[in-house]
Amino acid sequence: MPAAGVVLIVAVVLIVLALVYYLVSTIAALRQITSGLDEAIAAVGEIIEKSAPVNEIVVDINGNLDAGVDLLEGLLVKKAGLVDAVGLVDGLYPGAAEAGLRNFPDSQTVRAPRISEVYTKGTLTLARLGREAPIAAASPAGDVLRNVEGGSLEARLLYPEVRQSRPDRLARSPVIGTDSPEQYEPSDEPGVRRRMPNRGPAGESG
Amino acid sequence: MILWWIGNALLLLVILPVVVLLLRGVLDAARSIVPSVGRIAAAASAGSKDLDAAPLLLTTQEQVKQTVEVVANYGGSLDVILDDAD
Repeated sequence: MPAAGVVLIVAVVLIVLALVYYLVSTIAALRQITSGLDEAIAAVGEIIEKSAPVNEIVVDINGNLDAGVDLLEGLLVKKAGLVDAVGLVDGLYPGAAEAGLRNFPDSQTVRAPRISEVYTKGTLTLARLGREAPIAAASPAGDVLRNVEGGSLEARLLYPEVRQSRPDRLARSPVIGTDSPEQYEPSDEPGVRRRMPNRGPAGESG
Repeated sequence: MILWWIGNALLLLVILPVVVLLLRGVLDAARSIVPSVGRIAAAASAGSKDLDAAPLLLTTQEQVKQTVEVVANYGGSLDVILDDAD
């Protein structure tokens, strides 16, 4: 065989070897890709399966919550009036007055009274529970939520009268302990004193 | 014979490098896809795991329904107890 023939055969063999190496490597890589895609497809199938009922449930939840919001907004406006309702909402959630109440478009133009700057949330709740509440007693028909003076004066009457007008006549708190000014003798049995104070020995007074 | 040698030279110096270059490009492209597919599979698997809590929405749905019913009852009572603003 001539030398040129040998070189030709060597060249062809080299080309075939290169083809085999690279094509086999490519096949291996493509198989890895196929395997990875199989995993991804299985996981995506699970996602689709698991998320299928979500839309329906969320729509139902939103519907129920919408009904609750409608109910509470309607009740608040009905009982407190639109202006005070906006003020209450803005007091509890500062800045919420700008958005207004969802079912009352006029509420966006209402200037919210600054209710929360005068009373705490608890006082507001008390006031709104009824016109008979102490905070509202000063003027049951008026604008009670912002009646600072009348509300606080009436609230004082919740405490015992002596404490309000004659605090100096309140009984002093007892001093207790081993250094207390009054020492009591031990009793013979629980609940029975040997001698009653400012009287004779027990049994002599009767 | 000279043409034969020229053919051999072309085969070894031109065709073989071109074939190797092209095949190597295909192999590199295929290998670069493998990690991306792996990441996609991992992300899809994690997404599927995140949705394991989706059935709890049924409980949430029921709880919301009951809560709104309680609020409605409470609101109805308040409507009776409290005077209207106007």
